Amino acid sequence: MDGNEAVASVAHRSNEVIAIYPITPSSGMGELADAWSAEGRTNIWGSIPEVVEMQSEGGAAGALHGALQGGSLATTFTASQGLLLMIPTLYKLAGELTPTCLHVAARTIATHALSIFGDHSDVMAVRQTGVALLCSSSVQEAHDLALVGQAATLRSRIPFIHFFDGFRTSHELTGITLLSDDDLRVLLDPESIAAHRRRGLSPDHPVLRGSAQNPDVFFQAREASNRFHDAVPDQVQEAMDTLAERTGRPYRLFEYAGHPEAERVIVIMGSGGETVEEAVHWAVARGEKVGVVKVRLYRPFDVHRFVATLPPTTRAIAVLDRTKEPGAVGDPLYLDVVAALQQRWAMDVSPTGMPRIVAGRYGLASKEFTPAMALAVFDELDLEAPRPRFTLGIEDDVTHLSLPWNREHSIEPAEVVRAVFWGLGSDGTVGATKNTVKILGESTDLHAQGYFVYDSKKAGAVTVSHLRFGPNPIRAPWLIDRASFVACHQFDFLDRYDVLETAAPGATLLLNAPYPAAEVWDHLSREVQERIQELGLRLFVIDAVAVAGAAGLDGRINTIMQTCFFQLSGLLPAEEASVRIKAAITATYGKRGAAVVQRNHAAVDQALAALHEVALPAMVTATRHRPPPVPEQAPDFVQRVTGVMLAGHGDQLPVSAFPPDGTWPTATAQWEKRNLAVEIPQWDPAICIQCNWCALVCPHAAIRVKAYDPGALVLSPDGFKQVPWKGPDLKGAAYTVQVAPEDCTGCHLCVTVCPAKDKGNPRHKAIDMVPQRPIRDRERANFEFFLGLPEVDRTAVHRLNAKTSQLFLPLFEYSGACAGCGETPYLKLLTQLFGDRAVIANATGCSSIYGGNLPTTPYTVDRAGRGPAWANSLFEDNAEFGYGMRVSEDARRAEARRLVGELREQLGGEAADPLLAPEDRTPEGLARSRAAVEELKSRCRSIGSGDAYRLLDLADTLVPRSVWLVGGDGWAYDIGFGGLDHVLAQDRDVNVLVLDTEVYSNTGGQQSKATPLGAIAKFAMAGKGTGKKDLGMIAMTYGHVYVARVAFGADMNQVVRAFQEAEAYPGPSLIIAYSPCIAHGYDLRQGVEQQKLAVASGVWPLYRFDPRRWEEQLPPLQLDSKPPSIRVEEYHRNESRFRFAGKLDPERFRRLAAAAEADASRRWSVYEYLAGLGVAPAAEPEPVVPTGVS
Amino acid sequence: MMETRYLGLTLPHPFMVGASPLVDNLAVVRALEDAGTAAIVMHSLYEEQLTGESMAASRHLDQPAESVAEATSYLPELPDFALGPDEYLEQIFQIREAVAVPVIGSLNGVTPGGWLEYARLIEEAGASALEVNLYGVPTDPLAMGWDIEERAIEVVRLVTSSVKIPVAVKLSPFYSALAHFASRLEAAGAGGMVLFNRFYQADIDTESLDVRPALALSRPDELLLRLRWLAILSGQTRASLAVSGGVHSGLDAVKAVMAGADVVQVVSAVLKHGPKRLAEIRFEFEQWVEAHEYESLAQLRGSMNLKRCPDPQAFERASYLRVLQGWRAE
Repeated sequence: MDGNEAVASVAHRSNEVIAIYPITPSSGMGELADAWSAEGRTNIWGSIPEVVEMQSEGGAAGALHGALQGGSLATTFTASQGLLLMIPTLYKLAGELTPTCLHVAARTIATHALSIFGDHSDVMAVRQTGVALLCSSSVQEAHDLALVGQAATLRSRIPFIHFFDGFRTSHELTGITLLSDDDLRVLLDPESIAAHRRRGLSPDHPVLRGSAQNPDVFFQAREASNRFHDAVPDQVQEAMDTLAERTGRPYRLFEYAGHPEAERVIVIMGSGGETVEEAVHWAVARGEKVGVVKVRLYRPFDVHRFVATLPPTTRAIAVLDRTKEPGAVGDPLYLDVVAALQQRWAMDVSPTGMPRIVAGRYGLASKEFTPAMALAVFDELDLEAPRPRFTLGIEDDVTHLSLPWNREHSIEPAEVVRAVFWGLGSDGTVGATKNTVKILGESTDLHAQGYFVYDSKKAGAVTVSHLRFGPNPIRAPWLIDRASFVACHQFDFLDRYDVLETAAPGATLLLNAPYPAAEVWDHLSREVQERIQELGLRLFVIDAVAVAGAAGLDGRINTIMQTCFFQLSGLLPAEEASVRIKAAITATYGKRGAAVVQRNHAAVDQALAALHEVALPAMVTATRHRPPPVPEQAPDFVQRVTGVMLAGHGDQLPVSAFPPDGTWPTATAQWEKRNLAVEIPQWDPAICIQCNWCALVCPHAAIRVKAYDPGALVLSPDGFKQVPWKGPDLKGAAYTVQVAPEDCTGCHLCVTVCPAKDKGNPRHKAIDMVPQRPIRDRERANFEFFLGLPEVDRTAVHRLNAKTSQLFLPLFEYSGACAGCGETPYLKLLTQLFGDRAVIANATGCSSIYGGNLPTTPYTVDRAGRGPAWANSLFEDNAEFGYGMRVSEDARRAEARRLVGELREQLGGEAADPLLAPEDRTPEGLARSRAAVEELKSRCRSIGSGDAYRLLDLADTLVPRSVWLVGGDGWAYDIGFGGLDHVLAQDRDVNVLVLDTEVYSNTGGQQSKATPLGAIAKFAMAGKGTGKKDLGMIAMTYGHVYVARVAFGADMNQVVRAFQEAEAYPGPSLIIAYSPCIAHGYDLRQGVEQQKLAVASGVWPLYRFDPRRWEEQLPPLQLDSKPPSIRVEEYHRNESRFRFAGKLDPERFRRLAAAAEADASRRWSVYEYLAGLGVAPAAEPEPVVPTGVS
Repeated sequence: MMETRYLGLTLPHPFMVGASPLVDNLAVVRALEDAGTAAIVMHSLYEEQLTGESMAASRHLDQPAESVAEATSYLPELPDFALGPDEYLEQIFQIREAVAVPVIGSLNGVTPGGWLEYARLIEEAGASALEVNLYGVPTDPLAMGWDIEERAIEVVRLVTSSVKIPVAVKLSPFYSALAHFASRLEAAGAGGMVLFNRFYQADIDTESLDVRPALALSRPDELLLRLRWLAILSGQTRASLAVSGGVHSGLDAVKAVMAGADVVQVVSAVLKHGPKRLAEIRFEFEQWVEAHEYESLAQLRGSMNLKRCPDPQAFERASYLRVLQGWRAE
């Protein structure tokens, strides 16, 4: 099991209330707890813990506090920003001596960038709250100390945070010895539990908690709890001792390992302690006097025990912190160690010779920390004058803090099998390698470890599985760098990544190749051939795609490759391996039905016959080189930084490569050509009716249209297609639909929506999917030419609708979103309409990940270099963040106008007056504004005064800017709702785009308040029993907010209209956009059809609420869809999220479906009523329609 | 006197509602019982439905899973729940609870595969018998008639060996040697045959240029094909025979029984006129039997089959000539 499961196992068995909120990497704990409660698993007292999902971590902490005050045993799981949101409550919990043990998968805090990966910056941010901090360094330890924490909190009444390294421990898969229920019963003191219950609030013996105190008493009362904190270390050690008695696994608050007379010691906390310990054993065996102190109980810090743990011979200590506190004397653990030795060394050890203490920082955001780095620290400590502070694992060529280390140095024992598997997320590699760990862990005496690295894309994600197997327990929390087995499950990876970087000499290389064994060598690049020769690798190949195809598995090659791994590794006899793999398949896929199981079994049977060893030629024969990660014409920064990251070598970039403030260039996705699609669309102009739906629905801007002057075709490449444009505007233009062959993900949406069929052969449409490879080069040239064609003149497009909107250049392209993503078409449209003057505040979530996750990002620029400026602050504050941007824009614009007014005489009325005129956002008006601003700038430069220069700086704001607040439903409906509500209640001109997938998509499909009635989601396993929050209706109640509910698949023109109106509306606007998502559980190529059904069933009515209509004596609400015409069930039955509810409990499903039906019809009646209303009665004051700040 | 045996079940009379969507609604099922149906035949579980759902679930759930660090899956793994026709099994159970008449399950497919395990599940859910509907349109130019029959026999063999309840095979008339094939089915363990299934025919939408599946109700003239094969098979096989398709009146039923049917399945007439039509057909049938002073159903059954009818050639090839000549003569 992984660390999250190991911890949740204890937490679920030892609590009664679990209040949670999803956040990576802790989400797994909450999900498991929820699943276990849903299936009726009880805690050790026989009751099923209540698992409740809240609207934020702040909410979870509040609910936790309440549950504890109510006398229940309660906990929560969180990480990173989530823990920060709990800080105020943590003070309360500690101040009120409330026993609870929270579990934190420690993760970095967003600073210059968000990162989901592990370090201690979150837990270090709560060390001052008064909670106890207990740290685990491995999966087994996390399991054990979860119980120690629970036992100690009950005894001490001090709330505990039990933490372990996010991903490295939370996601590491390994075998552990489970604590029995009896172990839990023995450690959890019944009297302490009873005392906690007695302290619970009860009107039968009322008390008051949370008084307000004044200067006379607060201070003394604050000191009254000291003795409780003082007692914690002993109580924790006692719990550890009891655990050791029962399990034979001893733990100490500070654990020393190494030479008994060590002179050089590293002090460290978390999984890094395991790494240092391995290095210490290696060094001690070679005669070095070194040691490590692993810190388990960090708060309260037991100075006495700590000092006593150090060998008296210690002369130099390096304290390694996995966090960064800029500006501090040192990072926190270092400061604690310094203070501890200052306090007690002289007293407890020796009056002289206090060790030298230096500070090191390592491992931020899961940066690799290896034994070689630990050895480098010991080397440093051996110097006469070691650096007082340093960093590890990076190259700092700016402040020169980094310690060099020997990258080639490996201390891993020879008997350990180390295997690395390169796969695609969608080919199932990780699932199969997880099963491999389980199989070997359970069926042999081998110890097994699995760790999984993912890239940052959602479509075509690359996964690398690191598996170790050995006769001894595996303590190696770092990535494999000397693999005895390397499998490459996708042949193209050999050109994109340095797959053989981790191969050890003599290793086995297994390739899934679309070529026979005799030909495969000739398809390898020179670099790969050289490496194979140099390392003396054995090469095996299999055409796993063909085997999968024959078994009806359609590209799922995981079990086939797994079978080959077992065969080549020899870890199990072939017969037994086959039996166990099949058993694992049955266990994993049994719930999907018999066909999947049977086909996978058949594939396993066929695998070995297709596996062949390649007879290697004596020399390198290839003339072809591995292609560069980015083309030569990419800008310098992309070459130097992005390209290195794309090749998988980001770890090697030095500090100087990076912008120091997190500011990155946009327009980089265009340089990453991923060639994900096996098939791409091909246009047949003879049939095309030029509706442009294909371009509108494309989630990746990989199919585009242009209408242009046919004169531009002079130099068109052979085979470039064009026809005369059909449309009332742009007479005489030529028209082309062009595919970006290397950026298409092959999602089929464009083909599905294409309405134009060949009359002689209706299977053939104006767009068909065809194999990519044969046309890749041709279409690449065509696309390049297409991009160079002139862009349409916006002022020449008089009728803006779905069709014509697609003639505009998208400034959002080739994102890492899922194939078929339902969010990105809206963002792309936003940038087509307003991108050159848009400022986007993006809430954390899917849209911030595919929008801003490195190496490359999708927001881009037009030929003038203009494009969306994009920023992500947090999950919870996005509305306020975007609102701040608007206020700032308004202020700067007002100041610019004031200065124009003031300088009018010098500028000349002809230059100044157009800029003082009322705002005009028509294409013509915007073009005039831009021209006027250019003229203004030129005149400002000539004037040359202080004010003129100030105006020069502000001049660009005189072109109206479009501020967008973008995020998902988790943000808008839940965690950010308070802020969103406040912002909507103001009268600033902000545009809110809610990409409503009806679940927390990015963290894996947890329910939000947008989740519809009847749908299952994580934390709504039986199907959500309450209706979807009507965010639009809430916003409408203000009266001055423009609100639209849209679904591009149902009415594209309505979407375009809503975007235009929202942007043009001078006050707050809210667009709620139906966004199909993989979390809905159906083939997203049907996303458009499902949107139609959602609308036709009344579940997703389309409307626009425009307060400006009050002025025309019209009801502001216009319904853009027809009354429900089909049953909700017809919409529901196509999506797993609804269907599964029926599988689980048919009766409840029927009830919920009926309720959903009634709900849809009730809501429709309300809308209809509102849409039919005349203007408000005269007695009622009319709502004030904002005019915007101009 | 109307008692009959079908698939080892003793039924009070031969009339039952055939495989149809009518069984989806418990209220309708109760109404059918009130109308006197001797058994309830479930609509079919399709091989494609079972295989397709399984593969689709894997595609929609497993493919996006384990791809990104933040989410190892996107839908909850539900406890104690396997994808598959649980609703179907549940419905069998519900119908068993709701009515006293036997329930006959129905599986539809042509290739041996994992979907066949549902035969056992249908039995477990309480079905008294099972219909296996060998429905398939052989579009593959490389598939030979013998292979197609071989696969079908294999399916029947697998089903009959996996369940204890009797199994009937619902056939299409389009086998090249139906009489021989029927004997092989019987040898493979089929306890009965239902003549015949009616193909869902596709219609063409001339505006959208789409092919749309269409379901046309049966017409009385479709009975004639069934009469012929009932007459041929009833003298050759010991398996029970059911007529399905084309019985719209009591007189139609009389003919079917005369040709050799043990039971009469009615669907289109019920879909058109409601459950009460089943009772009416039965009433007409009984009236006729009484008026014509037949002593028992047994006397009627098979009285006009190939072995006993006065002019067996009429059921055979020569009948074409006669019909044509007769028509010319008019």
